[in-house]
Amino acid sequence: MIDRDTVLHVATLSRLELRDDEIEPMARELSAVLGHLETIGELDLDGVEPTAHVLVERSALRADEPRPSLPREQALDQAPDASDDGFRVPSPQA
Amino acid sequence: MTDPTSLSVVEAASALRRGDLSQDELFGAYRERAAADDTNSFTWLADDLQAGLGDRDAAPGTDRPLAGVPLAVKDLFCVTGVPTASASNLLRGYLPPYTATAIARLQDAGATVLGKTNQDEFAMGSSNENSAFGPVLNPWDRTKVPGGSSGGSAAAVAAGLAPAAIGTDTGGSVRQPAALCGVVGLKPTYGSVSRYGMIAFASSLDQAGPITRNVEDAAALFRAMTGPADPNDMTSIGWTGNSPEIDLPTAERLDGVRIGVPTELLGEGIEPGVRASFDAALATAESLGATIVEVALPHARHALSAYYLLAPAEASSNLARFDGVRYGNRADIGQGGLVELYTKTRHDGFGPEVKRRIMLGTYALSSGFYDAYYRRAQQVRTKIVEDFAAVHQEVDLIATPTSPTVAWGLGERTDDPIAMYQADVTTLPQSLAGVPAISIPCGLSDGLPVGLQLSGAAFSEQAILDAAHALELAFAFDGSPARGADSGSVRDGSATASGVAELGAPDPTGKDAA
Repeated sequence: MIDRDTVLHVATLSRLELRDDEIEPMARELSAVLGHLETIGELDLDGVEPTAHVLVERSALRADEPRPSLPREQALDQAPDASDDGFRVPSPQA
Repeated sequence: MTDPTSLSVVEAASALRRGDLSQDELFGAYRERAAADDTNSFTWLADDLQAGLGDRDAAPGTDRPLAGVPLAVKDLFCVTGVPTASASNLLRGYLPPYTATAIARLQDAGATVLGKTNQDEFAMGSSNENSAFGPVLNPWDRTKVPGGSSGGSAAAVAAGLAPAAIGTDTGGSVRQPAALCGVVGLKPTYGSVSRYGMIAFASSLDQAGPITRNVEDAAALFRAMTGPADPNDMTSIGWTGNSPEIDLPTAERLDGVRIGVPTELLGEGIEPGVRASFDAALATAESLGATIVEVALPHARHALSAYYLLAPAEASSNLARFDGVRYGNRADIGQGGLVELYTKTRHDGFGPEVKRRIMLGTYALSSGFYDAYYRRAQQVRTKIVEDFAAVHQEVDLIATPTSPTVAWGLGERTDDPIAMYQADVTTLPQSLAGVPAISIPCGLSDGLPVGLQLSGAAFSEQAILDAAHALELAFAFDGSPARGADSGSVRDGSATASGVAELGAPDPTGKDAA
């Protein structure tokens, strides 16, 4: 049900590179898993509200007040490539 | 004196407070055992007690409830300056600049971090075989899996390498490995423990919980992990139970407790040995005064489908942050551009199961499929929440086997994702409903532990812990893997007040600590 083109499309959306030899197995596995999950198609769910989060109505937003954030040097400390004041990346045009 | 590693968390904390044992002595005894571990439970060990304190600069005061208790902490919890990779090559070597709230609260209560424990990569798995650090072996039988995703946490406790561990549970990842390793695992009510600083898998389901040798320790650790809502986690509600805080359980009877058994979760797939142990556990509950009734969770059989759409969908979004820019490892792309940096970093860094779930989740969220998959799965979650609410009008607790099977062989299910996903069929409904659930060992089948799952309504942890405590006393389960092979199923005999102390198993390898 999931073909090669679909796998490549979803991989692009996922920003995942797949080698040629990884595409067919991924198509097979996703088809098998999705086939197994199809049982929820049997249910009559007309008018049922979706639940994104249980109990979320009991949680609360914190006060919208300024507070210190992570110091810049700490935020940059674990970056694979950092310049003095930011994360360095290759050009999107490259 | 007695081997300090034979003490439970509560017993050790008490011995430390009395001065019968020093913090360094206890830490050193576990450090030595953990360093000699042959189950691959740990990904990192603190060199000394100070190293386990993160950015806390002083040894914990003896007046605090968990002062000096070393804990094994699942790798996905951020701890300041301590390697935290969520068992992924993408994050290998990452040193977080802050500590997860759940762990910080345990440290505030006096606990220290003994080490980080192995897990399935980004908590995606039911066998701990999806780890960049290699699989964890079950201490009961080293040819078997420990369960997952908190496999290292459960194995470390079962093997006596730590007095207790902290894991996370998204669809069963605390309860199922606890069951397969013969220890106790508590998944608290969603929102009762902050998720801040836990590397996210599926944010609407992830919840941290303790893995312990006994029910009393689970209560002691949960009490420290919950508390007021955390302003750093919008979904954190904090402890809002009937009592101001959790009490250590003392119940020995179940008089007046109504336990529901959902027939939908006892169908095909439950091994005969697991079923026999479960039936014996129900008979024990009845003999302690409980009333057992059949209940219906008509949508429970759809929980697996809903979960394996919702969790991957959330994961595909959460894992977008791993792009080789701000943290973690970056692929070498030569003269390539930004998109190539993202795609190659993620190709090289993620393991096969993580890629599969990102793809599945992205597909379920993509244009044209959203209504058929993601939205439908969220509607099923509504029906499951309603099922549980209806059942709890009738009963206090719901009992099921924690896992349909005992621990299976390493490699047996790695080529069959669907068989692997089936391992969670009895833990997923409670996860989707957001309710608390505990797994306690209730017997053996083929020499391997069987877990009993008890769940309740939201914030009913005290009732769950009390009932689990009474059952634990009656089961008198011998939690020693070394003796597992030649012992029968549910053991007779009454436990003493400290009857669970023998769960501090002697190291099966014979390398007893000081």
